[in-house]
Amino acid sequence: MSDHDAHLDIHVDTHLADHRDDHVADPSAGTAGAGRRRRLVVVGHGMVGQRLVEAIRERDREGRWAVTVLGEEPRPAYDRVALTSYLTGTTADELSLVPDEHDGEGDDDCVVRTGDPVVAIDRSARCVTTASGVVVEYDALVLATGSAPFVPPIPGADLDGCFVYRTIDDLDAIRDRAATARTGAVVGGGLLGLEAANALRSLGLDTHVVEFAPRLMPAQVDAGGGEMLRRRIEQLGLTVHADTATERIEASGSDPHDPSGPGLRMVFSDGAAIEVGMVVFSAGIRARDELARACDLDVGERGGVVVDESCRTSDPHIWAIGECARVDGTIYGLVAPGYDMAEVVADQLLGGAAVFSGADTSTKLKLLGVDVASFGDAHATTPGSLEVVYADPVAGVYKKLVVTDDASTMLGGLLVGDASSFAALRTMVGEPLPDTPEQVLMVGPAPSGLDDAAQVCSCQNVSAGTIRSAIGDDGCCDVASVKACTKAGTVCGSCVPLIKTLLAQSGVETSKALCEHFDLSRAELFDVIRVTGQRTFTEIISSHGQGRGCDICKPAVASILASLGSGHILDGEQAALQDTNDHFLANLQRNGTYSVVPRVPGGELTPEKLIVIGEVARDFGLYMKITGGQRIDMFGARVEQLPAIWRRLVDAGFESGHAYGKALRTVKSCVGSTWCRYGVQDSTSLAIMLELRYRGLRSPHKIKAGVSGCARECAEARSKDFGIIASEQGWNLYVGGNGGFNPRHAQLFASNLDTDELVRLIDRFLMFYIRTADRLQRTSAWLEGLDDEHGDGLAYLHRVIVDDDLGICADLDAAVATHVASYTDEWAAVLEDEEKLSRFVSFVNAPDVPDPSIQFVTERDQIRPAGGTESGSLPEGVLGGVADGVPDGVAGGPGPVPVSGPTLEVVRR
Amino acid sequence: MTVTAETGEGPRTRNGARHDESGTGRRVWHPGWVDVCAYDALLPERGAVALVSGVQVALFRMYDGHVHAISNRDPFSGAYVLSRGIVGTRGERPIVASPMHKQAFDLLSGECGDDPAVRVDVFDVRVRAGRVEVYIPRGELAGSGEISEPVTEPGANVGTAPGADVGTEPA
Repeated sequence: MSDHDAHLDIHVDTHLADHRDDHVADPSAGTAGAGRRRRLVVVGHGMVGQRLVEAIRERDREGRWAVTVLGEEPRPAYDRVALTSYLTGTTADELSLVPDEHDGEGDDDCVVRTGDPVVAIDRSARCVTTASGVVVEYDALVLATGSAPFVPPIPGADLDGCFVYRTIDDLDAIRDRAATARTGAVVGGGLLGLEAANALRSLGLDTHVVEFAPRLMPAQVDAGGGEMLRRRIEQLGLTVHADTATERIEASGSDPHDPSGPGLRMVFSDGAAIEVGMVVFSAGIRARDELARACDLDVGERGGVVVDESCRTSDPHIWAIGECARVDGTIYGLVAPGYDMAEVVADQLLGGAAVFSGADTSTKLKLLGVDVASFGDAHATTPGSLEVVYADPVAGVYKKLVVTDDASTMLGGLLVGDASSFAALRTMVGEPLPDTPEQVLMVGPAPSGLDDAAQVCSCQNVSAGTIRSAIGDDGCCDVASVKACTKAGTVCGSCVPLIKTLLAQSGVETSKALCEHFDLSRAELFDVIRVTGQRTFTEIISSHGQGRGCDICKPAVASILASLGSGHILDGEQAALQDTNDHFLANLQRNGTYSVVPRVPGGELTPEKLIVIGEVARDFGLYMKITGGQRIDMFGARVEQLPAIWRRLVDAGFESGHAYGKALRTVKSCVGSTWCRYGVQDSTSLAIMLELRYRGLRSPHKIKAGVSGCARECAEARSKDFGIIASEQGWNLYVGGNGGFNPRHAQLFASNLDTDELVRLIDRFLMFYIRTADRLQRTSAWLEGLDDEHGDGLAYLHRVIVDDDLGICADLDAAVATHVASYTDEWAAVLEDEEKLSRFVSFVNAPDVPDPSIQFVTERDQIRPAGGTESGSLPEGVLGGVADGVPDGVAGGPGPVPVSGPTLEVVRR
Repeated sequence: MTVTAETGEGPRTRNGARHDESGTGRRVWHPGWVDVCAYDALLPERGAVALVSGVQVALFRMYDGHVHAISNRDPFSGAYVLSRGIVGTRGERPIVASPMHKQAFDLLSGECGDDPAVRVDVFDVRVRAGRVEVYIPRGELAGSGEISEPVTEPGANVGTAPGADVGTEPA
């Protein structure tokens, strides 16, 4: 904050006189000679305010404007559209819309002051005053104050336990309360209400939705669509009270489902009542126009700062944009029109003449896993318009097109349950129908007909032409690069399917074929192998592929065969399919040696076993390091040493840790309630049980897990593919996290589970992932793929592995049971099999001769590869004639001096 | 690549390379066809490595029974690991993918499919009477430079490890 103050000194406490020399004299303040710098003050730092700042900064090359942003919330702008994800793992930092370099720092062109709302506007002096008393002058003032949740005037609406749903702080408060509640109610069954209901459900609450109108989402859907929506949402276990007015809220003794928590009673106008632990109001918004009212700007009868088509208020120095603005009689509660307004104002401030010409209020939502989309004249208000309706109550799909009376022109429509054709249909509003209405409704229009001017992404206002040019001219070849290049699909994501279609039409292959040998995707191949029972690569590739395979399809088939429980991974033809790591059951390192990791379930290790590991590393001269998964890695083993090393380890009771496999690695844990004074559950025992249950389970990629014994999360479970965090009531299951190149927090999937419920869900989660993910796709990317395909990936997962919508749960359970029953230690099996042991040789013609190219030097009293680290490759001279362990190949060169040849002293048993 | 086959009739070592005992404590290795192992010692569609006169030769037995031999040195990482790669096909060409970073090498030409500027040495190989023989040429090889002149070697370094009667090193 002190930085802000320092920068603000430039702006504050000056009066109308030309004090602007301060800025021009500042050497860092833009291009010299750019004329006086004008001062733009933005009131409100939400998505729209931030968009304005970005637009100005992007286009104001000469530095004409010095921008000051004054925000009420304690943090800079964040993605409010994605707010609910904050409850399922996304952090405030991840939601932030302000790049780090501007976060809290500001610079000479832009000062952001958070947590200090403007409390007064002095139009005559052209300055604003903040709550802390700072006065900031402006040449241009933009109100981007957004809106506040509307709380109906119901007696008791201000009781403890009643919340609104708009800011991160609101969500923190809701989450705190939800920790002690089992049930919650949302007042409001519109778009925002269902969003809040989704949030309560994700917090593990039994959730009620109370809507005054006769149906859910009355602004977007008609009676038929509302009914379909209600059915879908009730199937998820929510209770919908439509056509219901809340008369009052009273404090009651307790939440009946959780007597320890405080409770509220909602009494409805028909006399009925429900007992809940908390109430969230999400029944619409009211424009934040109080500053405008106080300084006598024109405001609408029903709120909103009145602006003209250039977004200018009744004072020519003041603009208003976003949800606080009333343009042409309308307040837009969507982010896209707000962004448009921000662009309009930015353009005008830089000398342009852009105007706001109304907005596309099409909406597509993926709430509670149910797609809802409306576009154009969804309510058929156009005189003479016709509605063509398709309803499938079994599938929960409702579709409606609104067309002109001669069925020639598309006017609008509504989609519930399946909105896959939304993006394409929306672009056709006002256009001639390309086909009969039924055809368009059932099949959707062909996107090839999309005019270049057609708007594909309404949030970011990106046209089909822009995307085509990104693909054709800028070389974008996938959705991610189109997103990065055009910003399309980066806000709500509903146009992603259309982007995919445009990519496909532009000739960009989005083939899911595994490789040149298989046209099938990994998931398809998995099913084929599972169903046909084929268990050799020769059978599989000759009936479903071509050629003899490669380093892509062979390990993929090997992994599928292993996941299906096909014996030892080095049995028969399977051996030839394995990557070198799996082939030698160890991890290849940069100099051609391998590392060895015995399993240490849950990270629990006896002194005796620890001593054995130490002795093995010492006797074989291996480098030792503690891993991030709470076990110990021993490096520098040559192929022919591996059996002797494992003989010692297996004899001491160790087994393979599968560090070399795309398989379960570790289940990390804290000491939990056994030792820790904060622990609430026995996390170590659970971790050990889970690690033993899933050990050896082969998967599309590595799987890591963690169990924390309390909310302090010392085991970092939320950075794992599946993570479990103890609560007082049981276990909370998180899925889809990972560290690595693109870290992701796991998202909450289910709460307060007992151990049996938890294990059943993990069983199904893992097996469903194993069966359907792409090769080398971590669980996080797999879940993102489910998002793209099914709207809300987590909700889809819930339908599959909890509700059993696909009817596969029994099969998944059985597959895991088979795995658990058939597990054997891969290394113990190799040690008992002379044929497999015979592969662990250095040279086929000199089995015991150590590879002379392998050289070590010492560093911090342990070995490390010679030469490799510095140069990235081994010196070519080091390859022969060192059979007696006296290396001489590299002695002459600079760099570290080898102290050990390949034949370190080995103690054999 | 200049190949000069020696025809001297020195005593054969265990692995088939010919040596001259010159009586000076040095022995001379003559390039030519060198017996490395039984054909059955090679697993189908898997590699193995033979140490021939200090040269690491990666051998691959393909699905159709053919055997290919290339240098075992991965030119990208410098590690001697190509024999541990997965073999397969790209189009009609037999390839091995380096186990280090997956670059594919054509087993017929030694060319790297991912970087045409890089290639590894390819050795002639044949199967006779159930034995695999590799032809080790004399003189410089183009690729990794592993082999310079196959040569003499101080007797002190010979045969000190079991089976290591291959004890030569580059000059």
